[in-house]
Amino acid sequence: MANKVLMKGNEAIAEAAIKAGCKHYFGYPITPQTEIAAYMAKKMPKIGGTFLQAESEIAAINMVYGVSSAGYRVMTSSSSPGISLKSEGLSYLAGADLPAVVINVQRGGPGLGDIQPSQSDYFQATRGGGHGDFHMIVLAPGSVQEMASLTVKGFELADKYRMTAMILADGTMGQMMEPVELDFDVAPAPEKPWATNGTKMQRKHNITNSLSLVPEELEKFNFARYERYKLIEETEALCEEYLMDDAEIAVTAYGIASRVTKNAVDEARKMGIKVGLIRPITVWPFPKAPYEKAAEKVNHIITVELSMGQMIEDVMLATKCKVPVTLCNRAGGMIPSVEQVLEEIKKYAKRGE
Amino acid sequence: MKTTKYLFSGFGGQGILFSGKFLAYKGLTADKNVSWLPSYGPEMRGGTASCGVIISDGSIGSPIIDKPDVLIAMNLPSLDKYESTVVSGGTIVLDSSLIDRKVERTDVNAVYVPATRLASENGMPTLANMIIVGKLLALEGETGSEIIDETLKKVISAKHADMLEVNKKAMQIGADYKE
Amino acid sequence: MVVFDKPKSLADISMHYCPGCTHGIVHRLVAEVIDELGIEGKTIGIAPVGCSVMAYNYFNCDMIEAAHGRAPAVATGVKRANPDEHIVFTYQGDGDLASIGMAETVHAAARNENITIIFINNAIYGMTGGQMAPTSLPGQVTQTSPYGRDVNACGYPVKVCEMLSTLEGPEYLERVTVNSVKAVKNAKKAIKKAFQNQIDKKGFSLVEVLSTCPTNWGMTPQNALKWIDEKMIPYYPLGVYKDRSNKENN
Repeated sequence: MANKVLMKGNEAIAEAAIKAGCKHYFGYPITPQTEIAAYMAKKMPKIGGTFLQAESEIAAINMVYGVSSAGYRVMTSSSSPGISLKSEGLSYLAGADLPAVVINVQRGGPGLGDIQPSQSDYFQATRGGGHGDFHMIVLAPGSVQEMASLTVKGFELADKYRMTAMILADGTMGQMMEPVELDFDVAPAPEKPWATNGTKMQRKHNITNSLSLVPEELEKFNFARYERYKLIEETEALCEEYLMDDAEIAVTAYGIASRVTKNAVDEARKMGIKVGLIRPITVWPFPKAPYEKAAEKVNHIITVELSMGQMIEDVMLATKCKVPVTLCNRAGGMIPSVEQVLEEIKKYAKRGE
Repeated sequence: MKTTKYLFSGFGGQGILFSGKFLAYKGLTADKNVSWLPSYGPEMRGGTASCGVIISDGSIGSPIIDKPDVLIAMNLPSLDKYESTVVSGGTIVLDSSLIDRKVERTDVNAVYVPATRLASENGMPTLANMIIVGKLLALEGETGSEIIDETLKKVISAKHADMLEVNKKAMQIGADYKE
Repeated sequence: MVVFDKPKSLADISMHYCPGCTHGIVHRLVAEVIDELGIEGKTIGIAPVGCSVMAYNYFNCDMIEAAHGRAPAVATGVKRANPDEHIVFTYQGDGDLASIGMAETVHAAARNENITIIFINNAIYGMTGGQMAPTSLPGQVTQTSPYGRDVNACGYPVKVCEMLSTLEGPEYLERVTVNSVKAVKNAKKAIKKAFQNQIDKKGFSLVEVLSTCPTNWGMTPQNALKWIDEKMIPYYPLGVYKDRSNKENN
């Protein structure tokens, strides 16, 4: 406990990024993630790094593109509407195989929506996040500690696979404070022989590019990229299982929804209901194995989401619809209560009897 | 396993978020698990402000507080809004110099502290919040402990070190106050 | 004795530009300047979207292809990543710089970002086949202004150098052309200055080059060169619009 400090999730992300060797940050103000920019504005000048408030989210993601292309660790952050603006850049980063870390502290949508917590950008994040065939690695923190540790992991994975790693958080995760420990063993950035940082007349010139006008070649690039994605799906999926050993009902949720769900599971257990929680930590790659396992033994799965039901599709795919999967949700910036989730669990516990 | 849920609520500018932060830090200093969640958005720009603090021996699930064990109400709208949510047997501490009605619930422990008046009488008009916190800790039997000193050092930045003693004094005034 | 040679910084491949297009001339000038300043090893160029999208193939320095209009933002990132070691230039057309990328252009200028921008103004969208550009002249016939640019419906052309010169930020703004030997010499002088300013850490330097597009203008290369003199220069006067370090030029 001695090394723990109390920090907002947003600040924990910013500090973890700096610890991970990120010396360049570009952002644009938008609630509920602006603390990240404020923290970076304070810290970056002191460590000889760059903080720049860009003229737009579009400019910010393209500044990220420039720094990444030059071979440095770099980050930007925003909230839902701002991520939509960045989606052009996300696609170009993918097309040029550039590593970057992008934070989405989700708020209610669509459109300008509201500024309360939401998980309704799940499709946008896990299905690519822009035009064209691509994926981002998407990490879904369930605590302030994970806001920090998954940010560090995001930098490592981004460099390892030359991809964007997105932290898919929400307003609650960004705004809440919890004790957090910030001592990390950070894997140093790998050599980047592809970087456009000047040839120094020592090598052939490098080109960062996502244009490929010959379809046969572009297809080849896409196939190769998806080979890499396959490897990531096989090796990088992360998940926490809670009281699943003897569970007859599984509830599944990530981020803030998983926190509410954990309380509901505990309450239900007190009533003698055999229920457990599956909490994905990576939502792309989606951790299919625990769901496949659950599908063999539980008689019902409930997904708890702050959306109209997005992760539920991945759960159905992972379980191949072997068991019924139903949604327990709030939307538009509302958060399901422990009671709501508990009622849902009780509903299916009765049915099972 | 003990878990206590505190809800602080009042006007923006009353130090609501700071009081909650103090309590959360106190929990951390005492090696507990803690969470602190503010209301955020337009209301933090001058309207009502609130934050929820959970202190627990065990792990904390949701940081969202629907049913507080303790409500600290610094204005009437806060009391009106949250009185009914407090758990039966819970506590409501309120600033009686700003709230001119009594707590209607009979199944909760109501504590009246004229914090704003005490603050201005003692030349510390911005510290009504800490007077209330002092009272709250006294109720929990926690005055004058080393943990409080240590916590104050954590929540008050070095730049404002001169505020340390006056915060302590405010908490003492709250602790000493008898209805 | 070699009397004419290819600049070292220019790749030894044939370009895809149409006959009579002046992109090739400007590419060459940029490469000559990079050679003369001895900065090829530290230069990173940013290509736009538009006819010069494949500029990344034509220079021997490191190159980045940017999304449409975003080159100044990408350049900002590259420059800030290592301000002492990176010499960064963008090469952008009028649609890229003055339409979709206007925000990035204006704000890079306002920040006096220490980068060099080569802005090709040929008053038309070339790559997509001749549509109206933000710099198309009043009355100019294009694919999307088939009856001539009607300023009542489409507004007036954007004068980039004039507009940016109202900002305190930028160091150096000059408009040149390349439609005669004399003009080419002058353009090279401006481009060299725009790079030298960056080396000297003076800040944002933009050279606007009035250029031809014979294919989409529907003219012979020779008439296109004349059209610059007759139509473009009267609307877009040549000259230095800002030179902060040399006040007498302003």
